[in-house]
Order: sequence, then C-alpha cells, then structure tokens
Amino acid sequence: MQIPVEGFMYPNEVELQWSVLIVLYPFITGLVAGAFILASLERVFRVQAVKPTYRLALLTALSFLLVAPLPLQLHLGHPERSLEMYLTPHRSSAMAMFGFVYLWYLMAVLLLEIWLDYRRDIVLKAQSSTGLARLFYRALTLGSSNISQRSLQIDERLGYFITLVGIPSAFLLHGYVGFIFGSVKANPWWSSPLMPIVFIFSAMVSGIAAVMLLYMASTRLRARQIDIRCVDKIAQYLLYTFVIDFSLEMLDLLQRIYEADESFRSLDFMVHTRLWKSQVIIQILLGTLTPIALLGLTQVLKLTETARKRIYAIAGSLTVIGIFAMRWNVVIGGQLFSKSFLGYTTYKMGFATREGLLTAILLMILPFTILWVLVKLLPPWPDAGSLSASGATPAHGTS
Amino acid sequence: MFKDIEHLIRLAVVILIAVAAFVLLRAAVIPSSFGQYGHYRGAAITEIAARPIAFAGHDICAGCHTEEAAQKKQGKHVVVACEACHGALARHADDPSALTPAKLDTAVLCTRCHEANSAKPRTFPQVVTADHSGGIACDTCHQPHKPKIEDEMPAGGKK
Repeated sequence: MQIPVEGFMYPNEVELQWSVLIVLYPFITGLVAGAFILASLERVFRVQAVKPTYRLALLTALSFLLVAPLPLQLHLGHPERSLEMYLTPHRSSAMAMFGFVYLWYLMAVLLLEIWLDYRRDIVLKAQSSTGLARLFYRALTLGSSNISQRSLQIDERLGYFITLVGIPSAFLLHGYVGFIFGSVKANPWWSSPLMPIVFIFSAMVSGIAAVMLLYMASTRLRARQIDIRCVDKIAQYLLYTFVIDFSLEMLDLLQRIYEADESFRSLDFMVHTRLWKSQVIIQILLGTLTPIALLGLTQVLKLTETARKRIYAIAGSLTVIGIFAMRWNVVIGGQLFSKSFLGYTTYKMGFATREGLLTAILLMILPFTILWVLVKLLPPWPDAGSLSASGATPAHGTS
Repeated sequence: MFKDIEHLIRLAVVILIAVAAFVLLRAAVIPSSFGQYGHYRGAAITEIAARPIAFAGHDICAGCHTEEAAQKKQGKHVVVACEACHGALARHADDPSALTPAKLDTAVLCTRCHEANSAKPRTFPQVVTADHSGGIACDTCHQPHKPKIEDEMPAGGKK
C-alpha cells in the first residue's frame, strides 16, 4: 500500500505505528476517569442532585475500564504475554507500569466500591432469585447475608473512604495516560508537562458528558421521567469542567505560539493542512466551542425543560465527538510530521484488519454490551423496586 | 461487632487468597535464572550459544571461492560479507553437496541497498530502478562482486 508522503520523511516515519486503536485507549480510559469523578461528586462532594446517576456512572466506569486494555492488546499482539508485566515488572517502562495503575484502579477502587454499594441489593437478590442467578448472587455475597443497619453503615463509611482514595486514583489513571504522551521528549507535539493535566480535564469532560447521555437515553428507553434537576446539575458541571479544559488547551497553544521553537512552523503547517478538519473544525469549533456555547445558553437564558434536554443531548454528543477528535489529533497528529520538520505523511486506516475501523467500532460497542449486562445484573436505577438505592438503603452519608 | 464486619473479613480473606495465588504463580512461572545478569533469563545466553552456527563467515567462503573473493577485493563490495547477499550458508561450508545456495534475483536484492531514498547519504550509490533499469536484473550489466562497470571509468582512472 503506497502511503502519500509530502516533503522529507525518514523511512521509519512514513507508516504510522500507532493506529486508531491507540486513539481509543486514551479515549476509553478518559471516559472511565470522568465517569468515576462524576460518581464521586455525589459521594464525596455531596452533590445530591446528581444522585440518580451515581450507580450508572460507576457501572459505566467499570464497563469501559474492562475494555480499556483491549486496544493495546490488539495493537501489540500476543495478549498472553501481558501477564508478564505483572510477573516481572520493568520499572523503567512507563507503559509497563500503567498495568499497575490499571490494576489498582480496577481492583482496589472500582470493584470494591461497586461491591460495597451494591452489597445490600446483592444479598436481597441472592435471597429472591432462583437457579443460576441465585448461585451468581450468592457467590457475590461471599457467603455473608448480613445486611443489618450497622453493617451497612460500616459499608457506607468504607465506601466513602474508597471514593476518597478513588479520586486521586482516577486522576492518576488518566493523568498517567497523558504522562505517557507528554514524556515523549522526541515528539514536540506530545512533549509537554501540561499533557497529563489537559488529559485529566478532557477525561472529566468526556466522562461527565457520556454519563449524562447514558442517563438520558436509558431513562427514555425505560419510559421514565428524566430528573431535570439532575441533568441541569450535570450540565452545569460539564460546562465548568469544559471551560477549564479549553482554557488549559488554549494556554498550551499560546505558550507554543509565543515560544515558537524550531518545531512550531512545521506543526502550525500541519494544523492548517492535514489536521484542519479533525482539529480546527471537529475538535475546536464543533466539539468544544459549540457545546460550551450551548451549555452557556442554558445558564443565561430561561429555557423550557424540553429545550434544555435537547440542548444537553446535542451538547453532550458534540462533547464526546470533540474529545474523541482531541485524542485522534494527539495520537495520529503526533505521527504525521517528520522529526526533520520538513515533511508529512498520511494515516491510512484499514477496514477489516486487526487495527482497522471495524475493530475500532466493535471495541466501542463492547463496553456498551458489558454495561447492558451489568445493568441487568445490578440495576442502577433509583426506582428499582425493593432494591432501591434510595429510601431503605442507609444514606451515603448524605441522604 | 464481629457479625457486622464478617463480610469484610470474608472479603479480606478473598483478597489474601488472590495475593497468595499471585505470589505462588509468580514463584512457579518465573525462570530461576531470571535477573541473573539483567531484566531477562540468564540461561537464555547459554541456550542461544548452544544453537548451531548458521553463518560460515567471509574467510571460510574465500577459502574455496578464491576467484570471487579476488574480484570483491577490487570493488567497493569488499566491505560486504558474502552471506549478507547469499544468506547464511554454514551448512554449505561444512558440506557443499548438502546445500546448494539459491540463485539470487539481483533485480530485487540490489534494491535493498541501492534504491534511491532521500534519507541515505548523498555519497552512497543509489538509483531509481524504474528509471535506471526498468526492473531488469542488475547483473545483466553489473558484476555484483565488483559492481563498477569498466567502461564508466574515466580515461586513465584507477580500476
């Protein structure tokens, strides 16, 4: 396959090594971190309005976290070797150490928090279900069916502590992804100490938007009323986070423009040509400024509930598209120019190949499938009958 | 009190079992020589050293192929080892009848080094084969062991 090249490229730069799957990796981990941080708003920062999304956010984080390593496994091949990262860890490899960050977040934070939060429901399900389902729920109870007020209070306190630990862990998870890119000092498009911070804020933006959309879509699918107070609050947080995220990105840009080091002309040319559509049109205009403007409108104008819901749906979708475009521009953009700053290559994405478009689409469908299963097993809805998270459940220290 | 934290004790036991299983797995699967010299299996060195030698080396080739060796000495390919083009031929050197080296397709082989590429040093001989030869075998005109064509030599120039 002939790859169109412009100007001077070193031979090893002509073909991109990091494909669309490596775009998915920061995108997915970002959704995980963002969803978790939204969940922690309710638990730690006691934002009561977002409570209806608390469990959904946790399950969303888990579904996406389970899929997060798959793009890397597919990209590298030999998934059976990935265990070696844990058996004989190589401390000098940033990528290998990510395995531990991932494991910590999955096992010590997310699974524990979900288990503690759902324990009462699990015990009740184990008592009321039959057959295989009963076995499954009984296994999850670990053989203890004690759901006394006192034990649930202990769970609540422990869960609160885990969420406290979870917030820096979520920051670490996605900050680490930014760190991996930001520490590639040979690549001026990536090498920036701001990278981890920009990644964390963009993660929060995408995760909050994704959970908001999932909450709205799932509530509609269940033919229930969307809690407008809840989505209003989430949209407000989305706006604030987005403004910070955009400001940070613009600061980075201003710094680069003013500094104008030897790479600047080359990168500037790239943004005006090969990345024009994906960066300027999709990421900045459609995926950042438009949703910020739309969300801003809902704050200053008195709009009807229906109008606000529509705006949130549009702004949320554009946000997720914009953050995906941001990941694309970081990962793919960082490989389109020559380190000689004199040439540019092209990314040719395959379709039904190991790292092609079809694989990427399937990988993006997978977390939703996992979420669907999780939602069936552990209903996150506040109105899920006797297994309600509200009402009979002792408070999250708040209600 | 114990009853109310029983589930947490059970959870702690599950975690301990998982950690113990990991430690045991680690002890079972990590080769004993791992880390002996560095972040790899030390025994790999002796295993690799024990593998049969694949390359005979230039001097062994020159022992029989004296004519080619003499030709090479006069040309720029003197620095290129025989097996760089002909492939690993230790078996052939041990017993010439055991393995006959394959005939090389110079239209492909030579381009590996000599196809024009702007990343190569300017002084390195390189051609755009499509323009230079149209894909015909390079040894139609060039003698691979001494590739410079005699007629191209400037009058009175050194051979």
